[in-house]
Amino acid sequence: MLLLISATLLLLLLPTLLGWLGEEYLISLASRILIYALVAVSLDLMLGFGGMVSLGHAAFFGIGAYVVAIFTHHSFDGSPVLSWPFVLPGLDGALVLWPLAILVSALLAAIIGALSLRTSGMHFIMITLAFAQMLFFFFVSLEAYGGDDGLSLFARNRFPGLDLSDDTHFYYLCLAVLGIFLLIAYRLVSSRFGMVIRGSRDNEKRMQALGFPTFRYKLACFVIAGAAAGLAGALIANHTEYVSPGLMHWTHSGVILVMVLLGGSGTLFGPVLGAATFLILEEVLAIYTEHWMLYLGPALILVALFARHGIYGILTGRERNNV
Amino acid sequence: MLKVEGIETFYGSSQALFGVSLQIGDGEVVTLLGRNGMGKSTTVKSIMGITPVSSGRMSFNNIDIHPLPSYAIARLGIGLVPEGRQIFPNLTVRENILVAAANRGGRKEPYTVEEVLEIFPRLAERLNHYGDQLSGGEQQMLAVVRALMTNPKLMILDEATEGLAPLVRKEIWHGLSVLKGRGQAILVIDKNLDALMKLADRHYIMEKGQVVWSGETAAIAANEKLKARYLGV
Repeated sequence: MLLLISATLLLLLLPTLLGWLGEEYLISLASRILIYALVAVSLDLMLGFGGMVSLGHAAFFGIGAYVVAIFTHHSFDGSPVLSWPFVLPGLDGALVLWPLAILVSALLAAIIGALSLRTSGMHFIMITLAFAQMLFFFFVSLEAYGGDDGLSLFARNRFPGLDLSDDTHFYYLCLAVLGIFLLIAYRLVSSRFGMVIRGSRDNEKRMQALGFPTFRYKLACFVIAGAAAGLAGALIANHTEYVSPGLMHWTHSGVILVMVLLGGSGTLFGPVLGAATFLILEEVLAIYTEHWMLYLGPALILVALFARHGIYGILTGRERNNV
Repeated sequence: MLKVEGIETFYGSSQALFGVSLQIGDGEVVTLLGRNGMGKSTTVKSIMGITPVSSGRMSFNNIDIHPLPSYAIARLGIGLVPEGRQIFPNLTVRENILVAAANRGGRKEPYTVEEVLEIFPRLAERLNHYGDQLSGGEQQMLAVVRALMTNPKLMILDEATEGLAPLVRKEIWHGLSVLKGRGQAILVIDKNLDALMKLADRHYIMEKGQVVWSGETAAIAANEKLKARYLGV
């Protein structure tokens, strides 16, 4: 609890502290960490609590980002997103666009989940990877939106009462979104729904024999995780003001997976720590070498061998998946 | 309540059940007896929809349960305590109990956590422990309690006391007799013939995937030849 309070205080005071230190540019890195923490926690809902190892989670992240980018792009040049069968104008208001990004990602997750959850283990990994790659190549071939080169946003979205072009405003918004999602995730995994998901990871047939249609529960979990990843995508599009198909590539799903494992799967705060460690290491090591993964690799091997519950396990001393 | 008529079950191309039939009435305690590998657990798995049945009829309270999925069968009011306990190791004892809580059997006064813990008080001291931190006996008690929390009309126990210490067995049998006293219908598989004779009303003996004998406790108790031939007693 002390650790949690300290971390919350640090996050709340971070922009002020960085201002004192004259390192304001790091606020952008902090926002990036919060966004990746959100997508990592969403993956952990499936992976750590539900035992669904997906290599296609970045697809939802990318779709959320593209929804924001496409609508913002059309809003800027005044053209409609759709002109038939009805006219759908471009938008740049976050209060409409971000829920739309969540909705589209959730719908996509429902379709992908309904098909892929009929498999398990290695087949599940491969089918989620295949769906993500299909989307990746679809956006590569979508010349109208930049194809391989991606698409730039001319400005961040509008948000009532906040100026998202201000990095500090944007940071606090990302922090609030992550905080709210962590709260939702906590309630979710402690609820009956969460118990069914966690129990199914251990013994799905037993859970069915207790009267639970586990497929529906797992699908709901998959959709919630996909929707949250879509929201993270909407945030990253605003953060970088640029999107590209690379956001959906399976290696990007691998990066999110590494964040979860590094921080500690099956824990809510582990993925947050994993995202922070990964991105800070990337930032620091990249100063010295472009082959920074060469140094991150051994660190991951050590975590996999000696700290099965990741950094969270090391810090808290807990050996068990804890809510 | 439960009516099984001539079911046949296969594992791949190998036939495990050859026309098994049995019935259980309201409030009855019935056993499935027989040596290892005779098809008792397969019968239970077939009833629960865990192992698919290829032919025959099964109904529960006049509702056909073949070929319903196992979750739908459980929702009709059949609670299973499976072989090997199969409690959820990463859920606490409390969570293992709460996750199952439902009034599947439509009881007027469904079991509460406090009530089921009165039957197995040892679990009350372990509520915050994880499933895999329990002893074998405690796990078995938890498996029984978990099934009870579904408020089943019929409870099925597969190998109810296998591998447990004598004192723990005694607790389990005592718990089951309490349930019988409350009118709970039970189908039980176990090798402890003495305890089963005291608890059960009727028995089915299985051999090579078939029911070869059925009758009441008095009939089996008096038939030494039967016990020697099919039960190895």
